[in-house]
Amino acid sequence: MKSELCEIISNEQIAQATYRMVVHTSYAAKMQAGQFVNIAVQGFTLRRPISICAVEADRFTIIYKVVGKGTKALSKCEAGNTLDVFGPLGNGYPIEQKDAVLIVGGGVGVPPLYELAKRYRAQGSRVDVVLGFNDRVSVFYEQEFQDLGCHVVVATMDGSYGVQGTVLDAIAQAHITSDFVCACGPLPMLKALEQRYTEGYFSLEARMACGMGACMACVAHDRHEADMYHRICKEGPVFAIGKVVLV
Amino acid sequence: MSSLIDLSMELPGLHLKNPIIPASGCFGFGREFAQLYDLSRLGGIAIKSATPQPRFGNELPRVAECEGGMLNAIGLQNPGVDVIIAKELPWLAQFDTEIIANVAGACEEDYVEVIRKLNDQPVIKAYELNISCPNVKHGGIGLGTQAELAAKVTRMCKAAATKPVWVKLSPNVTDIVAIAQAVEAAGADGLVMINTLMGMRMDLKSAKPLLANVTGGLSGPAIKPVGLRMVYQTAQKVHIPIIGVGGITCGEDVLEYLYAGASAVEVGMYNFVDPFCCIRIIDELREALKTYGLSSVKEAVGRSWNNE
Repeated sequence: MKSELCEIISNEQIAQATYRMVVHTSYAAKMQAGQFVNIAVQGFTLRRPISICAVEADRFTIIYKVVGKGTKALSKCEAGNTLDVFGPLGNGYPIEQKDAVLIVGGGVGVPPLYELAKRYRAQGSRVDVVLGFNDRVSVFYEQEFQDLGCHVVVATMDGSYGVQGTVLDAIAQAHITSDFVCACGPLPMLKALEQRYTEGYFSLEARMACGMGACMACVAHDRHEADMYHRICKEGPVFAIGKVVLV
Repeated sequence: MSSLIDLSMELPGLHLKNPIIPASGCFGFGREFAQLYDLSRLGGIAIKSATPQPRFGNELPRVAECEGGMLNAIGLQNPGVDVIIAKELPWLAQFDTEIIANVAGACEEDYVEVIRKLNDQPVIKAYELNISCPNVKHGGIGLGTQAELAAKVTRMCKAAATKPVWVKLSPNVTDIVAIAQAVEAAGADGLVMINTLMGMRMDLKSAKPLLANVTGGLSGPAIKPVGLRMVYQTAQKVHIPIIGVGGITCGEDVLEYLYAGASAVEVGMYNFVDPFCCIRIIDELREALKTYGLSSVKEAVGRSWNNE
């Protein structure tokens, strides 16, 4: 958990309203798959929490969607500009000894799963990847996951690319039988996965302020203990399936 | 010769080595920030609100950004005073800084209950009453919005407390000076002002209020002029010290609050923007005092209206 002024190496559009930025950092070695950084965007008050997509020796990658004025401003940053980055924050996905892992990403939930897939492939696990998007122009990283040696299936809601329907439709159609799942994406997707899988991890998204556990802006109820809660930024954003109430 | 600048300040219950105090709700119990810097460098810490029982708080979303600040409606989430005493205060005891307990409740008796439990905790040097929270016994209105209700809870807390009682005032009132005077007459040892300004934002997609709680408290640089005005008006009408709060981001902001009449300051939401800001502000205040020809914090207090 450090504050660093990082140099932007590149910032480019890779799909509809979706950008990839590569940033120089001195603490890449500390970054885990599923952790995030809190980025200050000039002219905006609060930092933007954005998940870490890929980590290399001296740099990391983020993929973000332009959803408002802040991310719009971020998309205008150029190579050579500096970026005020605070991180890495939160707890990432534990890497377990598994022969087979199913990785499921929905939309801008896909990025943190790339580093995760990389780490599971590095230990020799079979990795099935199911990516869900709204339509063909929103699809990204199919090839990148394939290059890691993953078996990749893409689903689009409108059927303009890959399997028509949800990620669950795609899992059924591809006959993926792995019972250990790691997922990140919209709440309806996580809720649907929770009906079917009991083993694995979900990464949650929330509006945050401090990003480090002090302000209590992002909390989730524990599923079993009524008075217990977990801070999404601090104890999460990755939780074991069934640990917290998804709302 | 910045070492010659005296940043210290003596206030009821508080021997501040410098006048910089992170504001309640923006700093938790300090554990996260202790990973970034030594908390003993701070003048004091106003820890997260304590209520008699644990509170989960409001549903999400609880925060929203706006220009020059943010809205929050956390809902006083805290583990309850017993857990705070058992787990947080023993940990805070290791730091050489003045701990202020922010006390909240749904009715006057809640405040008294929390204070009675904290009285024999030596780590706590003073109380800060959060009288902006909705009161269940008075139709949900904040105790801080009516002079007689604010005075009543102050009187009850003073009767129960063995440490100085500061009262944190709500700015969502017609005449904050009248409430400040009522609280002073009821025995308050000092004032903390201002709490957040009530506001809201809309979600463009759903056409509904963005915050689950509908309204939230506005904090950040946007409210600094309001805080300065209220401190300026109040400081000239009361005889108890004021801790200024609202939109402080740098040492020069602190100097403005001191000039307005504050004797110390609390720094709130800017801790989220720059997690190291309190430490930076201490250094910047020393420089700002020097720049404007002052050698101590004491000299700056009330300088905008006190011509003696």
